This record gives sequence, C-alpha cells and structure tokens, in this order.
Amino acid sequence: MSTITPRAMGQALDRLDGADKVRGLARYAFEHPVDHPAYLFPVQSTVAVGRITGIDRSQASAQPGVLAVLTYHNAPRLSTEDGELRVLQSDEVAFRGQIVAAVIAETSEIARHAASLVRVDYEGRTHNVDLRAEVPGHREHLRVPNEVLPLFPMDTAEGDVDAAMASAAVRVDEVYSTPWYTHNALEPHTTIACWTEEGFTLHLSTQGVTGIQAGVAQAFRLDPSQVRVISPHVGGAFGSKVYPRADVVLAAMAARSVPGRPVKFALTRQQTFSLTGYRPPTIQRVRLGAGSDGRLTAIDHRSIEQTSKLKEFAEHSTRATPSMYAAPNRGTQQWVAELDVPTPTIMRAPGEASGMFALESAMDELAIACGLDPIELRIRNEPDTHPHFHLPFSSRNLVTCLREGARRFGWERRDPTPRARREGGWLIGTGVAAATYPVLRLPGSKATIRADANGRYAVLIAAVDIGTGTRTALTQVAADALQADVEQIDLRLGDTAYPPAAEEGASAGITSWGAAICAAADQLRQRLATEHGGTVPADGLEITADTPENEYLKQYAMHSFGAQFAEVRVHEETGEIRVPRQLGVFACGRIVNPKTARSQLLGGMAWGLSMSLHEQSVLDLRFGHVVNHDLAQYHISSNADIGAVEVHWIEEDDPYVNPMGTKGVGEIGIVGVAAAIANAVYHATGIRIRDLPITLDKLLPG
Amino acid sequence: MEAEVTFRVDGTSHRLTVDVRTTLLDALRERLGNTSAKKGCDHGQCGACTVLLDGQRVNSCLALAVAHDGAEIVTAAGLASDGELHPLQSAFIRHDAFQCGYCTPGQIVSAVGMLREAEAGWPSAVTAGQPADGGSGGSDGPTVGILTDDEVRERMSGNLCRCAAYANIVPAIQEVARG
Ligand code: FES
Ligand code: FES
Repeated sequence: MSTITPRAMGQALDRLDGADKVRGLARYAFEHPVDHPAYLFPVQSTVAVGRITGIDRSQASAQPGVLAVLTYHNAPRLSTEDGELRVLQSDEVAFRGQIVAAVIAETSEIARHAASLVRVDYEGRTHNVDLRAEVPGHREHLRVPNEVLPLFPMDTAEGDVDAAMASAAVRVDEVYSTPWYTHNALEPHTTIACWTEEGFTLHLSTQGVTGIQAGVAQAFRLDPSQVRVISPHVGGAFGSKVYPRADVVLAAMAARSVPGRPVKFALTRQQTFSLTGYRPPTIQRVRLGAGSDGRLTAIDHRSIEQTSKLKEFAEHSTRATPSMYAAPNRGTQQWVAELDVPTPTIMRAPGEASGMFALESAMDELAIACGLDPIELRIRNEPDTHPHFHLPFSSRNLVTCLREGARRFGWERRDPTPRARREGGWLIGTGVAAATYPVLRLPGSKATIRADANGRYAVLIAAVDIGTGTRTALTQVAADALQADVEQIDLRLGDTAYPPAAEEGASAGITSWGAAICAAADQLRQRLATEHGGTVPADGLEITADTPENEYLKQYAMHSFGAQFAEVRVHEETGEIRVPRQLGVFACGRIVNPKTARSQLLGGMAWGLSMSLHEQSVLDLRFGHVVNHDLAQYHISSNADIGAVEVHWIEEDDPYVNPMGTKGVGEIGIVGVAAAIANAVYHATGIRIRDLPITLDKLLPG
Repeated sequence: MEAEVTFRVDGTSHRLTVDVRTTLLDALRERLGNTSAKKGCDHGQCGACTVLLDGQRVNSCLALAVAHDGAEIVTAAGLASDGELHPLQSAFIRHDAFQCGYCTPGQIVSAVGMLREAEAGWPSAVTAGQPADGGSGGSDGPTVGILTDDEVRERMSGNLCRCAAYANIVPAIQEVARG
C-alpha cells in the first residue's frame, strides 16, 4: 500500500466547527428547529425482574395536554430479535429502570407530570444483580460469551501455564476488579422523531447514522430508505451512542402515534444510567511467572464480567494481554454472568481500559518481586513478533515510548522504595504502565466525491463527529488524497442521505472512512486522467468507492502502543489522593491533526484518572439499580481534579495500516492510566489497591 | 398555571407566556429557540446551562422563568457581537479547549462571570488567606491577586467537561485573563 503524501495532514488546523461551537450555534439533535413539537416522557419499572400485572393510565390520560399514553397493550408490534429494542412488547420486566410506559404531551412539563401519574403494578421475582456473588467456584450463571466485541479470538492458550507457574522462580497471582462505569456524555441521549408518509425522520445524537437507520427500519418493518437519520453534531458519546437502544425505538413509536408531528425526547441524566449502557464491572485474575531475571515464563489472564438477560454484550477485558509480552506459556479466558441488569455496552477502550489495569498492575507487582525497575522489566519481555499471532508488528514502539517518557518524566531520579518521598503531610509516588490498542477497520463505509469544474470537491459520507474532530481531520485527509487544498474541500457528514458509513468507534473512524475517501479520490484522479485529459468536465465528475480490504492484515499485527506516567500525592492523615502530573507518550502512526489528536489523548488520560479515582456506579442490591445516578453523586473529573498533563508522540511511518498511515487516537489515551496511578499509589504509600476506584477509605488504616 | 414574563435575551426583548414549571433554560431553548445554553443534567450539577443573569453567572436549569420577569440574559451567542467573537471564544478555538462542544457555551459564559468575580475581589476556596488555605479568613482577609492556574481550576469546577478539555480550558482562560 502506498501512503498518501501529507500536506494538509500533520497541520494543527483549528476545528472547522469551532466558531459555531463556542457560540452555541452548532445544532445538536434536540436543537433542530421544528414546528409544533410534542414531548415524550417514559415510565420506568420499579422492580428488577418480574411481570406487569396491571397498568392504570386513566389519571395520566385525563391531564389536559396529554396526547397519548403508550403501554405494551397499545404499542405497535416490532419485528426485532434485539432484546434491548423490544420496547413495550410484553408484560415482562428484565431490569429495574426498563421502559414500561410513556406519555406524549403538548409540553415537556405536562408529559413529565403525567408520566408520574401512570400506575403500574408488578409481580416481582427474586433478582440477581450482583457480579461479586459470581465468584469462581460458584458459577451457575457463568458461561463463555457467544461473541466478544469484534475481531479477536475469545480464549487463547499456548504451552502449559500451570506447569510454568509451578516451576517459576517468581510468581504473581492476584485478583483485580473494576466497577460499573457509566459514560455520562454531557449531551444526554436525545431524539426528535417525525413520522410522515415517507417514513421516519430522526434527528438523533448517535455515533452511527447508518446503524441506527438499519435498526429502526428492521424494528418497524420498513425499507432503510424510509428512515432518514441526521446527526450533524453530537455532544459526546464514548461508546454509549453506537448501538440503537430503547430510547430511539420509543421515540419512533411515539412519532407513529402522532403522525406528522415531531416528537422530542431527551433522556434525563438519571434515566441515562439505566437506559444507555455502561462499562461492565469485571473480576480478573492475573498470573505471571518469571525467572529471577524477570523474564516471563507464564502469563495468564481470566476475566468475569456481566451482561443482561435481554441481550448479550461482552467486552474483551483480556484482549490486550496476548499482544503485550513474550512468554512461552500463555492463556486468556473470559466468562459472562447473565444478571437481571441493564445491558452493558461499548465504553471508551472497551476491554483494554479494564484489562490493562489488571495486567499492568500485575507487571508492577512482578517488577517489585524481582527487584527490577518496572520499565526494565517491560523491556526485557518485549516480544520479537506478536506473541499470539506470531506475525511481525506493522510497527511497535512500546520501548521507545517507555524510554522517551522516562526521560521526559525524570524517571531516573526515582527511589523505588515505597513511602520514600514526603512533603508536608503528603506522601508522593510515581508510577508507570504500558498502553496498547489494536488498529481496527470497521466494515461498511462508502464515500462519494464530486469534483466541480470550479475546482471544488464535495466529499459525502455518513460519518459522524462526536467531538473527536472528524470533520476537520477527514477534510485534511480528503485534501491530501485529492492533492488539493483544505479550502477546496466541502465535507458533508452526519446524514443517511450520504453514502453509508461505519459507526464512530474502536478508534477506527479515520481508518475506515479515510480509506474509503482515499479510494474514491484515487479512482477520481485516474478517471480524470484517462478519460478527461486531467481536467474536470463542465458538468463535474462523481465517484463512489468502498473502504478497500487491507491486504496486509494477514501479514502483520497492527497495534498502537504508549507509556503512561503519573505522579500522585496521598495525604497521610486523610487519605486524599491528588494527581498533580500525568505524562503520556504514544506511538499511534501518523497524526492527522496534532491539535485535535492531542485533545483526544488528553481527554483519554483524564478519563483514565477519573476511572482510577472518581467513578463508580453504586448498585443498590436490594432493588437492582444504580443509586448515585446523577452528576452530583457519580463523580467525573472536574477541572480542579486535573493537574499538569503532558502528551507526546513518537513519529511513526507505518505503510501497512491504511493509506493515511494512521492508527487511531481515541481509545489509547485511557489505557494504562489506572495502572500507572495504582502503581504510583503503591509507591507513595506501600499499599497495593487492586479494586478500582482507589478511594481514600481503601488507604486509611482499618 | 401560566404566567406572562418579559426578558431581554442577547439584547432582544421577548414577551412570552410560560407554564410556571418552566425553567429559564427551557424557556430559552424550547420557547425562544435560543439553544446556546445546553442541558446536561437539569439539576445544577454540570454547568452546561450557564448564562449571565443580570450580569452574574447562574445555572439556568435551576432558575424558574416566572421568577425572573424583567431579567437581562446573556448567552454565549450574545457574547459575540456583530459577528466578532469574544476574546474568550477565540482563545477557546486556538487552544482547542473543547471537543464535542456541548459544555463549551457554558464554560465560556462561566469564564466571563468568573473573571468578573475575581476582579471584584471574590475569593475562592483556594485563595490565599482562606481557611482552606491555612489562613483565618479573618480581618486581613483573603486576597485575590493574579489568578493562578489553581484559582482558575477551582473557580471553573462548576462546569464539567466530559471530553475533559480542562488542560486546554485553563490556558485559554489565562491567555485572556492576563491580556
Ligand atoms: S443543565 Fe444546568 S447545571 Fe446541568
Ligand atoms: S467539550 Fe464535550 S463536554 Fe466539554
């Protein structure tokens, strides 16, 4: 594959939609101007599992301004096997917070009040919502998932881990756990749905208009051409807006019952906690065996996580492990427990974020057990080829990242003894961890390029910009692919009126969409050269192309790598934890836009800090719901929580990944941060925390 | 129950009849079509809905429209006059102090209000001389001098950014604060 020559790529352009966003003029889904809208508000189940025995909607229906009350009695029958989308189809309740009715009214105030007047009676059954009760040895509800988030073998095995562990000079065998995390994109899930003779128009906050179109069309037995999905700006998503969920289906149902009238539906912050997915909690066991020189002889990583009974979702918390270190004996295994809970979903670096907390904490424990510097330990176990696939890496700069980070962070001045540094009442420690994320390419994208005789190019693709900077970065890619200037490119996205596109996810946006744009540009330039003497004809020329297959996928393993460093301060008396300094060095291929890429990596690192110290959805086991379901109680990092953050990257020239040479930057920023912070907390205090989040109660004596 | 109220929003007067349950935020967004202020939580917990209400920053989701008859309201859309961006708006773009942009109008309006508060000598929890800083908060009182980065972080912590652009928001504000 030849990579395209970067001219616009590599420039730190300001975001093209910046001037709109700073004034609040960029329109998010709920802000699309519509005439005479109706408003929708849902009623949620108050039992975790059971059956509805009666619904009384008389009081709600009697409210002036109420247009309809939907229940499973009068809702349209849907055609979908997706349990998440089967909204109001039966009297069964599968989790607390499931939608059991909904009110459509003239105003949002009326809809909300009337929803509170719908009376639902249940016959509850005993629920099981506690993953921690599913410990190994008591595994009734455990099974191997049918399918783990894409493109990787679920379980891997090579050699004999047990034998290698038994004969290892140094061993680590520990259990690590991570909690239920909730995305909390600042813009909640919102929809404006309208039903007319032509079908649905949905203004929607989503990571993929094409996928929503397909899901809604199927559920309502429509042709996809009868569902138009529009999503020009999205106020954050982080995985929670990839798949269609109950809210979209409900909004569409409501629109069907008031034809011609736009129905506005915004989930409240509280509702997002049960209706929009979450990162499943995990319990992970990591076993490492090594010689006294630190060379690994065995690596084994097993994980248990939860899914719902409505639909299976499993993230691959063990996925990163086979790509990291050389060892002759290795294994990974994954189970899911089916519980009476909402269905989890993709959340930033699904799998790697949780799994690398465990693996990279264990590596730190091994370094200490061997009396080795943790960076040296990782360097000693650097593999020559991919340990599982036995393929060469298309590019692998983990060691460079670790060394460069160590130099910039001042690692060589570190005294490895725990509790060695103290200032005032604060214990100070530093930690390091490695990061990785695969280079993925999602199927199903096409791009159209239309060249005009006046020298402009319209580039059409139903991609979305969820804040990642897609609009700006793809414009730069298109400019270079067409050998044109950024000013000549008119990129249009976020609408199913344009050619279909894979969802924004898996750090695969630029790879999947950019490759389609490059293919279209290539064909366009060839056609211009061969058929039109190199000039655009008066009536223009249009080409549509698919994302091509990557022939190198069978020859190379493709991953990004990085090194995360953190300094923490732990107050000796109160246990308060602060992170005054974070530093990350990444090897992510070519950086299309250094300004927006840096923001993504910065954001990922702050997410890592947040998952380490602040975030946790607390489950009320009696009722089966998240009790801290708002932003006052579910803490995400605020401005005062973030200290000095440095982001650096290694120049990489990887000709195998795609024509741009990019490897993706959305996920890797979060990976490894939790381990770096936990390792730093150990260094500061001598206390090893293996259960996230690291809160002060875990650091204070009994 | 309904009531009639009059507001000036970004320099234009509006008279409208509102349900007494309607928040100022919903009145702006759903009734007046001004969607510059955003709804992130509707509970005063995120700051996305920040507007200047008679010159001070407030969470408009916590204000009932009916309680603010006659108010002067400024949103981020109104900070830019005659198509010229406010200096904070330009600084946010230069520093890439946002990603999705959903918290951004609130951050910028909040920063305008915050700089006025600091200028007027209002201390924050990290201002020297505060009890939290080891001072007495007593007669010689806290002093707000040049805003440190920690002051900006503290004073801007009512505006959550889930994209976590904080490390860019602080220098963007400082560039304007320090002129
Ligand atoms: S919407 Fe008002 S503070 Fe969150
Ligand atoms: S820019 Fe997305 S929430 Fe702040």
